[in-house]
Amino acid sequence: MEATTVAKTGTEGQAWGGGEEKPLKASYGKLMMWFFITSDALTFSGFLAAYGFSRFKFIEEWPIADEVFNHFPFLHGVDAPMYYVALMTFILIFSSVTMVLAVDAGHEMKKDKVVTYMALTILGGVIFLGSQAWEWKNFIQGEYGAVETRSGKIIQFVDADGDRIALGEFSTASPKDRTQHLEKNGIWYKAEDSFNPLALEDVKRGFEANETLRVRTMQITDEGEKEILTREESLLKLNTTGVGVIEGANLSQNEYGAPLFGGFFFFITGFHGFHVLSGVLILIIVFFNVLVGTYEKRGSYEMVEKVGLYWHFVDLVWVFVFTFFYLV
Amino acid sequence: MAHDTTHAKHAGAKKRIWQVFIILSILTIVEVVLGILKPDFLVHNDLVSLSLLNWIFIVLTIVKAYYIVWAFMHMEHEAASLRRVVVWTGVFLISYLIAILLIEGTYVQEIYTEGYITWDF
Repeated sequence: MEATTVAKTGTEGQAWGGGEEKPLKASYGKLMMWFFITSDALTFSGFLAAYGFSRFKFIEEWPIADEVFNHFPFLHGVDAPMYYVALMTFILIFSSVTMVLAVDAGHEMKKDKVVTYMALTILGGVIFLGSQAWEWKNFIQGEYGAVETRSGKIIQFVDADGDRIALGEFSTASPKDRTQHLEKNGIWYKAEDSFNPLALEDVKRGFEANETLRVRTMQITDEGEKEILTREESLLKLNTTGVGVIEGANLSQNEYGAPLFGGFFFFITGFHGFHVLSGVLILIIVFFNVLVGTYEKRGSYEMVEKVGLYWHFVDLVWVFVFTFFYLV
Repeated sequence: MAHDTTHAKHAGAKKRIWQVFIILSILTIVEVVLGILKPDFLVHNDLVSLSLLNWIFIVLTIVKAYYIVWAFMHMEHEAASLRRVVVWTGVFLISYLIAILLIEGTYVQEIYTEGYITWDF
């Protein structure tokens, strides 16, 4: 009886016949990392395409990124468009540089240098995550507040110079008799959502009292700015269509404009942030492996190279998110 | 292993890393400056229904992506077959996504703005 049960396919000795030859000339691990990166890149492209699609639908009323993301740490009330995100971009690019330096040191089998550069990379990743948390905090908290209209649009308020003015600056909450329902008093108890003491009536009263205030709609004019109504139109708009006060952002509404804007912000930057977080965790695991000498014994620092590929990919995605969310 | 040649190679690799870092930084600074200044002639002049400013942003982003993938992810040292497997897959599928988003997005916007009397009541 024939000893072998493997059928001959006539591809022996060819590149696609298997065997020792590696057609893509890369190790199994690196190849799989590349395949993962390719599919993950398509996932992010899908998200960004969905963002682009939704933005096209609301092309004439989409929020202007400069006005939404204009905070910088320790600069309160200073209009600093883009600086903060630019800083975040630099942090990530720089952590990419230290990562590639760690890979390079790995090629030279210099353990100490790998340790240093990987530690710097992890530090960069953690700083980036912290920055993103701060960015989310500002986004969720909001700055000026807005009024929602019955058609689900947003109207914002500007002073005589056309500068944004916060709801709290021209209206004060009227005292209300309000008893909070506590857990000890109820059989069926659900904690209340955040309570906004400022009611629509307060905003209306404040707006009427300040003759110079006007309403700014979501509509973008030919000059690329949001449309500002006249005083009469403003009063009419607020009094006939206003249904509620919005401060900050959550998953169903936000003070910046289309609810989808907030949804995409949370989803895309959140999904990217989740990638950074998992990147940091994997980096930490590999970092400790480097410390205890696992790769030194193995004779190759390829694991550092593989986590490096992932880390650069995270940076790559941020470059695109930065462009399409903050610049375009 | 010949020690001298590998040493020279590594010195070159380090130089390349810093070079790419400088290029990426300059491109990012240019993007941010343009994004803050928004020069009028770039905002108001269109090329194939996209403003020149947005074209600049998109092109610079792709240039940055090229440097990150080629230099940092060492794509330039991989086999041509691996390069093609990764890059062409992305290029074809992403072009498809972009085509859909442009066609359908424009269509939906048209229906949204022209198909109804108003959405802002």
